[in-house]
Amino acid sequence: MKRATTDHWLARYLFIGILFAFVLFFLIFPVCVVIFEALRGGLALYLSALTATHSVSAIRLTLLVALAVVPLNTIFGVSAAWAITHFKFPGKALLISLIEIPLWVSPVIGGLMFALIFGRQGFLGPWLDAHNIQIMFAYPAIVLATAFVTFPFVARGLIPLMQAQGSAEEEAALTLGANGWQLFWRVTFPKIKWGILYGMILCNARAMGEFGAVSVVAGSVDDRITMPLQIEQYYLNFSLPQAFALASILLLLSAVTLAIKIGLEWRRLALNIVRPH
Amino acid sequence: MPVEIDLTELQSAPRPNRRRRILPGFHLTLGFTIFYLSAIVLIPLAALLLKTVTPTADYPSVFAVVGHVVRVATDVRAFDSYRLSFGLSFAAALLNGFFGFIAAWALTRYRFPGRKIVDALVDLPFAMPTSVAGLALTQVFSTNGGYIGQVLFEWFGWRIAYTPWGILIALTFIGFPFVVRTLQPVLADLAVEVEEAAACLGANRWQTFRRVIFPALSPALLTGVMLAFGRGVGEYGSIVFISSMIPYATEITPQLIIIKLEEFDYVGAAGLGLAMLVMSFAIVMTVNLIQHLAAKRRRTA
Repeated sequence: MKRATTDHWLARYLFIGILFAFVLFFLIFPVCVVIFEALRGGLALYLSALTATHSVSAIRLTLLVALAVVPLNTIFGVSAAWAITHFKFPGKALLISLIEIPLWVSPVIGGLMFALIFGRQGFLGPWLDAHNIQIMFAYPAIVLATAFVTFPFVARGLIPLMQAQGSAEEEAALTLGANGWQLFWRVTFPKIKWGILYGMILCNARAMGEFGAVSVVAGSVDDRITMPLQIEQYYLNFSLPQAFALASILLLLSAVTLAIKIGLEWRRLALNIVRPH
Repeated sequence: MPVEIDLTELQSAPRPNRRRRILPGFHLTLGFTIFYLSAIVLIPLAALLLKTVTPTADYPSVFAVVGHVVRVATDVRAFDSYRLSFGLSFAAALLNGFFGFIAAWALTRYRFPGRKIVDALVDLPFAMPTSVAGLALTQVFSTNGGYIGQVLFEWFGWRIAYTPWGILIALTFIGFPFVVRTLQPVLADLAVEVEEAAACLGANRWQTFRRVIFPALSPALLTGVMLAFGRGVGEYGSIVFISSMIPYATEITPQLIIIKLEEFDYVGAAGLGLAMLVMSFAIVMTVNLIQHLAAKRRRTA
């Protein structure tokens, strides 16, 4: 007997068909294109494209940026989640809204803000010039712009997680004589470590792949740009093998990110996770 | 002898609010949170706002600065870029509303081989750097040697890459997960009993869908569409590759901001940034309003 809540078989096949067509055409096809284009000249060309001077410097800078941004945003995320979920204070709702600002501000504006502070005509520009301090078009500005874009990633995952867990276990540990650090490392950290990891890998993926914000503050000076910007430079110079070789590395990064993320979600180790948009 | 009550001591007793803070670390964590928030978000935002009213060598008075900001943010080139950025983002968001709904429906309601893999792949545009997406889509759609683009051009004379159509495709790619991921939990929570009741009362499947299911889903669908819209408005990384960035024709607002910066027109760039900020804020407020209204309706229902 046909159940009243089942869709017509035609609708069922149509919907699944559209879903598969969309995913194949829009998601899988572009991925295959990147892999194919990267390897079409053979493995030797691929490796030489990856080890070209500009590629190596871009990979190095990207890693260095992520190495600064991810720990900073993780410490911030844990600290914000601790303050927001364990205490009552005026302005808490406002604080949560402020943390979410980078989610809806264009990355280009994220970069622009720092350019307006540190650039030649920015507020601190003349002073920095006089003291010979390089922030724009250099590592510090790239780190700041990337930190802005990935700012809420850890915090937004941890806040609902810690809210759901409550403070009872922490309070019990306190009555048993634990001090603040023992409390955090022995009681809280084991409960939230997967949530932290989840936020960190999303933050890392975005930090390594960020284009808009970094392109504003990094300019296009060779050897001082990250991987996504170097891909654009290669593309503009018609060096397509190099562009696709670098793109394949970032693609690998997103595949690993996705795999860890799905692993964490499927095993339900990180409950109550809210996806940062 | 009368007992003297020391009122000052009573008044200086800890307020109940303070006594609730049993756990340690309040000042440390909140202090660091506010410090870092100010350094990375609030002070830079304030700098953007301040730049639109601070006199410079070129614009020596506040009126001159504000005048320039208004001129840049409202001239024809800026309006053409707004139309492109907002118009195409909205079109892409609507496309995503349609395909995202079908995807979310199929993923939550049907069982078919490969469902979990497809479900995982939906997040690909979130995980994939926009420049990689842009490069790949350009290679697919370019008229000159693109896998699909060349065929479309030779057979039909259609150009996709370097036209607004290319931007539309890139924005659709970027925004796809938003609708699916906002709809999925709501679809999963929708009680089957409600649909059964509708069927018992004599509704056919289409009536059930239109009168029962769709109204329950519409706030989430609208939220997802608005989130995709908001994301598309600010998108830059993928569009750099697939758009030719011709002024007045295929130039999006983020690109115009970068051009102003390169021309050392910092005030003009700040003005355009402010205009985008205001419009993005309006989108966020719309999302919040939708969710507020939906929550209110759930409570009264």
